[in-house]
Amino acid sequence: MSDQQPVIKCDSVYKIFGKDAEKMLQNANGKVVAEEFQKAGCVVGVNNASFEVKKGEMLVVMGLSGSGKSTLLRCISRLTDATAGNIYIEGEDLTSMSDKELIGLRRNKMGMVFQSFALLPHKTVLENIAFPLQVKGNSTKDSIQRAKEMVDLVGLTGRENYFPRELSGGQQQRVGIARSLAVEPDIWFLDEPFSALDPLIRKEMQDEFLRLQGVLNKTILFVTHDFDEALRLADRIAIMKDGIIEQLDTPANIVLNPATEYVRKFTEDVPREKVLKIKSVMEPVGDEKDFSDLRVSEDALIETVAEAVLGDPKSVPVLNANDDIVGVVHSSKVIHVLFGENSTLESNA
Amino acid sequence: MNFINYLSERPKLTQFGIVLIVFFILMSMTGLYHDLIVERHLFAKSIVKGEIQSSVGFAESMSMILNWQLPPQLVRIPELTFYHPVINTSATYVLIALLVTAGLLYKSFAESVNKSQWLRVNWFQIISKGFVGIIVGLLFIPTLYNWFFGEVTRSTFWEIPMMLQDFSQYLIFEFWLTPVYDPEIEDYEDYGRVRLFTRAIGATLLFLINLVRELLIGGFETVVSLANVFSDQSGWDWLNENKDKWYSSVPAIPWTVLTAGAFILGYKLQGVGLSILAGFSCIYLAVFGQWEPAMQTLSFVLVAAPVSVLFGVIWGVLAYKSRTVERVITPFLLVAQTFPHFAYLVPIIVFFGIGDHAGAIATIIFATPPMIRLTLLGLKRVSPEVLDAGRMSGCHNYQLMFKVLIPTARRDILIGVNQVIMQCLAMAVIASFIGAMGLGFNLLLALNQLRVGQALELGVCIVLIAVVLDKLSLAWANKQTDYFADLSFVERNKTALLFVAVFFAALLFAWFGNWVFADTAKGINYFYLIPHNKGITTEPFWQAGVDYMVSNWRADIKIFNEWLLVEVLMPMKASYLAMPAIATFVLTMGVGYIIGGIRSAIIVGSFMLFIALTPWWERALITMYMLTFAVIVSVFIGTIVGAICVQNKRATKFILLVCDTFQTFPSFIYLIPVIMLFGVTDTSVLIAVIVYAVIPPTRYTVEGLRNVPESLLDAADMSGTTKLQRMFKIEFPLAFPHIMLGVNQCVVFALFMVIIGAFIGTEDLGQEIMQQLFSGGNIGSGLMLGLCVAFIGLAVDHLIQTWATKRRKLLGID
Repeated sequence: MSDQQPVIKCDSVYKIFGKDAEKMLQNANGKVVAEEFQKAGCVVGVNNASFEVKKGEMLVVMGLSGSGKSTLLRCISRLTDATAGNIYIEGEDLTSMSDKELIGLRRNKMGMVFQSFALLPHKTVLENIAFPLQVKGNSTKDSIQRAKEMVDLVGLTGRENYFPRELSGGQQQRVGIARSLAVEPDIWFLDEPFSALDPLIRKEMQDEFLRLQGVLNKTILFVTHDFDEALRLADRIAIMKDGIIEQLDTPANIVLNPATEYVRKFTEDVPREKVLKIKSVMEPVGDEKDFSDLRVSEDALIETVAEAVLGDPKSVPVLNANDDIVGVVHSSKVIHVLFGENSTLESNA
Repeated sequence: MNFINYLSERPKLTQFGIVLIVFFILMSMTGLYHDLIVERHLFAKSIVKGEIQSSVGFAESMSMILNWQLPPQLVRIPELTFYHPVINTSATYVLIALLVTAGLLYKSFAESVNKSQWLRVNWFQIISKGFVGIIVGLLFIPTLYNWFFGEVTRSTFWEIPMMLQDFSQYLIFEFWLTPVYDPEIEDYEDYGRVRLFTRAIGATLLFLINLVRELLIGGFETVVSLANVFSDQSGWDWLNENKDKWYSSVPAIPWTVLTAGAFILGYKLQGVGLSILAGFSCIYLAVFGQWEPAMQTLSFVLVAAPVSVLFGVIWGVLAYKSRTVERVITPFLLVAQTFPHFAYLVPIIVFFGIGDHAGAIATIIFATPPMIRLTLLGLKRVSPEVLDAGRMSGCHNYQLMFKVLIPTARRDILIGVNQVIMQCLAMAVIASFIGAMGLGFNLLLALNQLRVGQALELGVCIVLIAVVLDKLSLAWANKQTDYFADLSFVERNKTALLFVAVFFAALLFAWFGNWVFADTAKGINYFYLIPHNKGITTEPFWQAGVDYMVSNWRADIKIFNEWLLVEVLMPMKASYLAMPAIATFVLTMGVGYIIGGIRSAIIVGSFMLFIALTPWWERALITMYMLTFAVIVSVFIGTIVGAICVQNKRATKFILLVCDTFQTFPSFIYLIPVIMLFGVTDTSVLIAVIVYAVIPPTRYTVEGLRNVPESLLDAADMSGTTKLQRMFKIEFPLAFPHIMLGVNQCVVFALFMVIIGAFIGTEDLGQEIMQQLFSGGNIGSGLMLGLCVAFIGLAVDHLIQTWATKRRKLLGID
């Protein structure tokens, strides 16, 4: 049962900034048009967001600045109160929680990483990481012990007594990550954690992040404005614009079937082979018997197996997780994915 | 035609020109009263004697103006029937009311699309604006008319000081009485609860000060005297009862213990550098024979500073939490910036009496506002993400404030603590006016005896205490714990143990001193305490220097002094006094309008109006004259020195150090040498003011020029500018807003010193405040005078800040 229950559940969540926001929302009867609200001096942050995040799943919320993605995250962590709608954390209604319950929830179940790191400047690396534990009331000795483990986990060993200002951006964010994980939360919020970093460091931190997630398997809500980052990390992506979730789907589906024009603009330049899995181009096994000796997994990214498949003149059988043959993939399909969309001939035709 | 074009492209310049022309026209219209107003008292005296009228009727006023002569009420705003509203419903005023209403509605009507519907749609607006029109036309304008042209009845504004005085007397002696037993007359007597309350606060502070003081210099004796505070009330004579007990003769801690303690503390908190600074400062205090007054001052600061910091942080946090609190305390903070210290002292004497506690209270009142401001500023600057991080870590409100917000705002709060310590020591001298003991008191004594060398040594003592306390508090706040060391008890507490060891060693040492010095110096034990006048002194050296200057330069200085007085200062003062009030208003409000629009004009105008309505308008003009002269010279010197020094890294460092030192030096010290050289004249005051006020423009010029972005300088170099071109075309324009903030500070500093200059002898507002202080004090006059001074400062502050903010926005700085 608990496996089935979503860890985070949003039910038509609205966040509207402004004086008479609540009243206007009631009058609007659920149909919020941003322009109308703007005229009345209100700003629509989140407009009717409903979705669920399952245990161990990573949902990436993607949008440009001002799209309401951070506001959505802040609503779910209740750093701001949603104007309307319900948010459930493991089945409990977040919006109706008392301050005390909320603090308890944050102390035990939630961790959050911030874009500008938000480290406490007066505390050392170790003290920063131990901070949530000390706030909880753990003894200094235990907290420091646990913080040391976290330092090792994020690979900052040897810098425990540095102050944040003495660290590079990447290192500071490692501290931020360690701090958010110190209380062993179930839910992990990341608000543009790598946006303030240089591209090379960003890549390195993403790898690090995937490694950590591989070990820890948290339920994650990840906010970013970088579509490539979203594709790289996400189980599912929610694309937001003007407070509305335009599309919420797996990376592959978003790239293949963009729901709106806005989404399509993002996906246009994305190399398909980096997103699509073999599963999406395979065909059912037909009459032909002349298979290649090569076998590929249906979950493999096309990019990773393209060279082998193209090097083989015959069709390549595709295996599922139980090593059964579930289909075949032809090199023509792979060629289409690799070059098809970008060819001018195709678009003329 | 070209000229017209030139002007129309520069509207501000044109406006300024018009203001100046009107100003000078008004200046030339004093005619009849010119000879009266150039002497400070004469105009007011003539009115009292009935030689001239303080105001004349409307028709006569008009005919006077047509004859190129301002009516008297425009030359010097008379005592006004301040709240004496007049309602007049004659046809003229009804017409005015209608005109005002029409004027208010005109814009709405002109802009409306559907003229026929207009009346029906805007009925509420029409009624409300009509109401405003009636109020203005039938009440405001008749009242104003009556102000200026009606019969003068008795003033009310001039009576405000007396009313305040009476009110405070009532508060203290008659309000909410309660019987208290008085042992002297052996009966109950009625006391005001307010006074009991203020006295209780005073007694608490006094107790704390004495407690610290007794540890430092008094030994058990003073604990005994403390006990007497209580025995006074109860008739219990603790001292006499316990006279023979051993503990009533325990001596104070020898100075060697504290000095060693300073070394150890400095080392523990930061390292060798601080250790040496703290230790040698103590040695300086002891060797120069200033140990006792220094410890008195220290005890006073050790109580006043923490209380100020505590109050400052509390109010800062409250203001951060609540917009209402912030809005209420902001005006107080503003006024406190420029309110002269002496004006605080009068009410404090009345409510708290005289003594160390009164000095401490004055210090706390003076030192708390900057602490509040900096706390609030620091808290507001904490990034919202850090706040979120704190909340997501599961902090409740208390943890959020004390573990996240305040520590993160630490930088600004520590600047606040530094300010508090500096203010406390700056007040050391001023507090001695109302009975605080210590270095300040001795300094004042030395000043009165014109002993430059001694005053200088005392000044250095004050600076040293300030610097050491500041560095120690900073080091303490920055201290961090080491979680890795697994140390034994001895290792963890080695400094404490070391101190205990040193403590006993020094005690033994002092004990041996009894024999060492038994016959040498009349039984003075130098290892225990070096008494006043028995230490070494450099006074003869300084005295010789001053004597040399006086004997050799006096003649030249005299010539310079006379030239300055006769050719510059006297004419300047006369021309300030010769300003009719209306001209002053045109000038200040006009400049206000040019800088910040109608809002600034009204703000500056109301500050000036307050001053003009008090009996001290002429005195304020003299203050303004001294202020103007001092600020012009200071800014001139400061920017030039700053601009030259910034060319060289070492010179920059040096000049900043000089600025720091001069700023910490008790301002009174500047007074003596100038008196000796220039005598009791305005020159002396102004030179002292300039020496003190030149600091901020210098510092801000250096900072402003240094902060010009490197890339811009490179760009200028690549455009092929010479060094001078770069200076005047790039660096100065960009640094100018910052330099203007220095000018602003300069005005505040200068105002502060001009008031202190009353010691030398001036005839401005400061002199009046000083008289209030020494004549026992009228609370009302003290406060009103203080406000006059504060408002001069605030008017200038407002103008400069508004200008600098606009300019910075224009340049895109911050």
